[in-house]
Amino acid sequence: MMMTAFSHSLPVLLAQVQTSMLPQGADYMRILPELVLSLFGMLVMVVDPLLDEESSHQSLGTIALIGTLVALASTFWMAQYPGTAFWNMVRVEGFSVFFHFLVIAIAAVVILTSYEYLAVQRIRAGEYYGLILFCTVGMCLMSSAIELVLIFIALEISSISTYVLAGFRRRDASSSESSLKYFLLGSFATAFFLYGVALMFGATGSTNIDAISHVLHSGNVPVLAYVATALMFVGLGFKVASAPFHVWTPDVYEGAPAPVVGLMSTGPKAAAFAVLLRVMFEANAPGRFWLIWVSAALSMTLGNLGALVQNNVKRLLAYSSIAHAGYLLAAFAAQPALGTSAAMFYTAAYAAMNVGAFAVVSHFANAGEKYVTLEDYAGLGRKSPVLAATFTFFLMSLIGIPITGGFFAKFYVLTAALHSNLVGLAIILVLNSAVGAYYYLRIIVMMYMREPRGEVPVTPVPTAAALAIAVCVLLTLYLGVLPGRVLDYASQSARQLVSDTAAPRASSGTPTTEP
Amino acid sequence: MGSVNMESLGPIILSLVTFIPAAGGLLILLIPRRDRDIKVFALVISVLAFVASLHLPVHLHRDPNPFKFEIDKIWITTPNIHYHMGIDGISVWLVVLTTFLTPLCVLISWTSIHERVKEFFILLLILETALIGVFTSLDLFLFYFFWEATLIPMALLIGMYGHGRRVYAAVKYFLFTIIGSMFMLAAILWLYAKTGSFDFVVIQNAIRSGSVPGFETASLWLFLGFFIAFAVKVPLFPLHTWLPDAHVEAPTAGSVLLAGVLLKMGTYGLLRFDVGLFPEQAHRNAPWIMVLALIGIIYGALVSLVQPNMKKLIAYSSVSHLGFVVLGIFSFTTAGLNGAVFVMLAHGVATGGLFMLAGILYERRHTYEIADFGGLATPMPKYATFFLVTVLASIGLPLLNGFIGEFLVLSGAFQARPIYGILAATGVIWSACYLLWMYQRIFFGKVTHEVNKALPDLNLREKAALWPIAVAALVMGVAPLVWLSAIDPAVQAALAPFTQLASKVVGQ
Repeated sequence: MMMTAFSHSLPVLLAQVQTSMLPQGADYMRILPELVLSLFGMLVMVVDPLLDEESSHQSLGTIALIGTLVALASTFWMAQYPGTAFWNMVRVEGFSVFFHFLVIAIAAVVILTSYEYLAVQRIRAGEYYGLILFCTVGMCLMSSAIELVLIFIALEISSISTYVLAGFRRRDASSSESSLKYFLLGSFATAFFLYGVALMFGATGSTNIDAISHVLHSGNVPVLAYVATALMFVGLGFKVASAPFHVWTPDVYEGAPAPVVGLMSTGPKAAAFAVLLRVMFEANAPGRFWLIWVSAALSMTLGNLGALVQNNVKRLLAYSSIAHAGYLLAAFAAQPALGTSAAMFYTAAYAAMNVGAFAVVSHFANAGEKYVTLEDYAGLGRKSPVLAATFTFFLMSLIGIPITGGFFAKFYVLTAALHSNLVGLAIILVLNSAVGAYYYLRIIVMMYMREPRGEVPVTPVPTAAALAIAVCVLLTLYLGVLPGRVLDYASQSARQLVSDTAAPRASSGTPTTEP
Repeated sequence: MGSVNMESLGPIILSLVTFIPAAGGLLILLIPRRDRDIKVFALVISVLAFVASLHLPVHLHRDPNPFKFEIDKIWITTPNIHYHMGIDGISVWLVVLTTFLTPLCVLISWTSIHERVKEFFILLLILETALIGVFTSLDLFLFYFFWEATLIPMALLIGMYGHGRRVYAAVKYFLFTIIGSMFMLAAILWLYAKTGSFDFVVIQNAIRSGSVPGFETASLWLFLGFFIAFAVKVPLFPLHTWLPDAHVEAPTAGSVLLAGVLLKMGTYGLLRFDVGLFPEQAHRNAPWIMVLALIGIIYGALVSLVQPNMKKLIAYSSVSHLGFVVLGIFSFTTAGLNGAVFVMLAHGVATGGLFMLAGILYERRHTYEIADFGGLATPMPKYATFFLVTVLASIGLPLLNGFIGEFLVLSGAFQARPIYGILAATGVIWSACYLLWMYQRIFFGKVTHEVNKALPDLNLREKAALWPIAVAALVMGVAPLVWLSAIDPAVQAALAPFTQLASKVVGQ
C-alpha cells in the first residue's frame, strides 16, 4: 500500500525537485525546531551508553529537556521566516508556529514528569527520552507539512515512537499488550490514511494541499475525493481517538506508562488535529460535514458513557479523552475560521489540563503503577492536600468550570457551533458535558469525602514533577482567566489558514446550517 | 466628605466588596495551620467585606443611573466579554445579605468545624466572593462565571464537612445545578451569537428594539433555558428534591448560606434575566409558573408539617417560602415584586437564623430529631428566646420581617388573580402550624430526655452570632421602608415593559 502511494506521488515530487533549486538557508530555518529536536534525540542516544545506568535518568532527562527548550527558542526564530520551504512541502505560518509551541511544550512537561517516574519504575532512560524527542519531531512536522506524503511520513515518525513508548513498562504484560495493540491497530489506521492520500491524488492530481484545495474549489468535485476524505478521516480519527475508531484507547492508555499517556493523549492528538484542520478546511475536503458531525456526536456520547463505569483512573481518563475528542470535533463542523480557532484553543487547553492530570496520576501510581484505581485515591485530600487540590483543579478544568482553560475551550467550541447554527450538535455537547461532570466528580468525591486507606502511600512530590504540575496549573489558570491572547493568535492564524485558499468559497460543499 | 469618598470609591467599590473575601481566602493559604489564627483571620475578612458593602446602600441614591457603581472594562476582546458590574436596588440588598450572613457563618463554625479548618474557611470565603459576584455582574458571561464558581465550594463544603449521607447530597446538589446551568449557558451563547455581546444592557436593548434576528421563534426556548437553571436553584417544585438532602447533610454554615443566599441566586436570576430579558415570554408563561409556585408553597408546607427532622423541616419551609417569591415575581404587580424581593431578604435572615439555631443544638446533642428534645426552655432559656423570635419572624408575625414581604406578595397575587392569593394565604397559616408545633415540641413541657437537662445555654460567641439576626428581623419589620425605598425604583424599572404589554392589550 505504501508503495502504491509513493509511485503515485513520486513523479510529482521528482518534477518539483527538477524545477526548483536546491534548498536555501531559509528552508532550513523553517524546520529549525525539527532539526534541533533530532540532534538532541541523537545526542541522548549517543550519550546513553557512556553513562552509568543509575545516574543516567537525571542527566539524560536534562539533555532532553534542554533540547525541548532550545527547540522552543528556535520556534521563535522559525516564526521570523514565514513561507514555504523544500519545494512547497513545509509551510511556516501562524498555524504551524502555534502547534510547534504546543507540542514542544507538551514534550518538555512530559519529560519533567518522567524524571521521577523512570527512576521509580526502573526504566532505562536512553531510548525513552530519545523516542520522546523523535516523536516530537514527527508532531512538529505534521503541523507544518502541506504535502500529504510528508504528512504521512511525519505521522509515522510520531506514531512509531509512541508505539514503542507505550511498551516501556517491560515488566508488566499489560504494557506489552498496550504497545502491540496500539501498533497493530495504528498501522491499520495509517494504511487507511495512506489509501485516502492515494485516492485524493487520483481525484485531484496532486498531493499538495494548496493544489488539492485549488482543484476542489474549482467546482466539479469527483466522487473519488469524497471517498478519499472518508478514508483519511478514518486514519486521523484513529489518531485522535474519536468514535467509532476509539476502541483501542482504554486498553492502550491503561497499559502504557502514565507520563507516556500524558504525552500521547495530548501531543500526537494535537498534531493529528492540526493535520485534520489542514485536510478538512485548508484543502476543503468534500463531504466532511456529516462525517464529522456523526463522529463528534458519537465520540462525546460513547466516551462519556464509557467513562461513567470505569474504576481505573487511567481508563477513566482514556474515555474522557475520547469525549474531549468529540467536543473538539464539534468545532470542525462549524464555519472554518471560527471552528479552526476554537479547535486550536481547545487543543492547547486540553493539553495543559490533561498533561497535568497525568502528571499527578503518574506520581501517585508509584512503583509498578500499583495505585491507579479510584479507591486508591480515597482520602488523598487529607494525605496530600496540595496534590489533591491540583488534581481537583485539573478535573474542574476537564469538567469545564470557570477560571480554568477547559471552560473557555468548551465555551469557544459551543460559540462556534451556535454561530454556525449547529443547534443539534450544541445540545448534544451540552448534555454530554453534564454527564461528564459526574465521573470527574467521582474522583473529587473520592479524594475529599472518603476516609483515606492506610496502605496507599503518598510520597512527597519531587522538584521536577512539582515543576511540571505547576506549569500545567499556571497554564490552565492563564487560559481560564486571560484567554484573549491565545485566542486572538489562534483566530488570526485560523483566518490566514482559511483565507489562503477560501477566496472563492461560494458553494464549496460545506453546509453551514443543519438541515 | 461623603461625596469625596463616593468619587474615589465609586468605580472600584463593587470589585472591592466582591473580591475582598476571595483575596482573604487566598491569604489563608499562606497562614500556617493554626486553627485559631485562621478563624480570627476569616472573621476579620468577612467583617471587613460587610463593612465595605455597607457603602453600597448608603451611597446608592447618589447615582442617577439605573445601575449604580457601574464598572465596565474589556476583559476579553474575542469573544466580546466585559468585566461589567453594577447593582440596583434589588441586588444591593442581596449583596449586603451575603456579607451580613458570612461573618455569622464564621462565628457559628468556630467550634463545630474541628478538622481541615483551613480548607473550610478558604472554601467559605471563596464561596462568598462567587455569591456576591452573581449579584453584581451585568455581563452574562461574568454572571455565568460566578454562577458556576459557587458550585464547587458549596459541593465541597457539603461533601467534606457534612453529616451521614453527605457524599450523596453533595453529588446530587452538584449534578442538579450543573445540568440546569448547561441550558442557561446554551441560551446565553445563542444570545451572544445573535447580538455579538454578553452585556445585559446591550442585549436587553437589542431585544426591546426587536433587532435580534430569529428572536421570535427562539424566545420561548431561551426563556426556558434560563428558567430551568434558575428553577433548579430556587428550587421550584418539582425540581426541589436536591434541597432537603443538601440541607440535612450540610454543615451549619453551608446550610445558612445555601438557604440564605444560594436559593436567592435562582429568584434573583428569574427577576433580572428571565423577566428582564424576555418579558413577553415571562408574561405568557406566568400562569403555569405561578401554579408551580403555589404547589411549592402548599406542598412544602405540608411536607414540613410531618418532618421529624428539624433541619429537613426548615428545608421544606424554604421550598414553601421561595414559592412566595416566585409567585410575587410572576404576578407582575408593584406590590408583588416589592414583596418578592423583600421575602428574599427576610427569608435569608430568618431561615439563616433557624439553621444557625439548629446547628447550635446539633453541636450539643449531635441530632436533629425533634423527638430527641422537649422542654428545652428550662435548661436553655436564652436559646429558647432567640429561637422564638426567629420562628415568629419566619411565620410572618407583624412587626417582624417575614410579615411585610408575604403581605405584599399576597396582595400582588390577589391583584393578579384572587384565587392565587387565597391559596397562597393558606401557606402562611400552614407555616404557623409547622413552625409553632416544632417550637412546642422542642421547648415546651417537661424535659423528656435526661441528657437534655444539663444542656448549656448560649455562650458569648453564639449570642454574638444570633443578636444580629434578631436585630435585623426586628428592624426590617419595623422600618421596611429603608429597604423598600431602594427596591421600589428597581422594581418599577423591571415592570416597565409589562405596563406597556398591558396597555397594548387594552389598546387592542
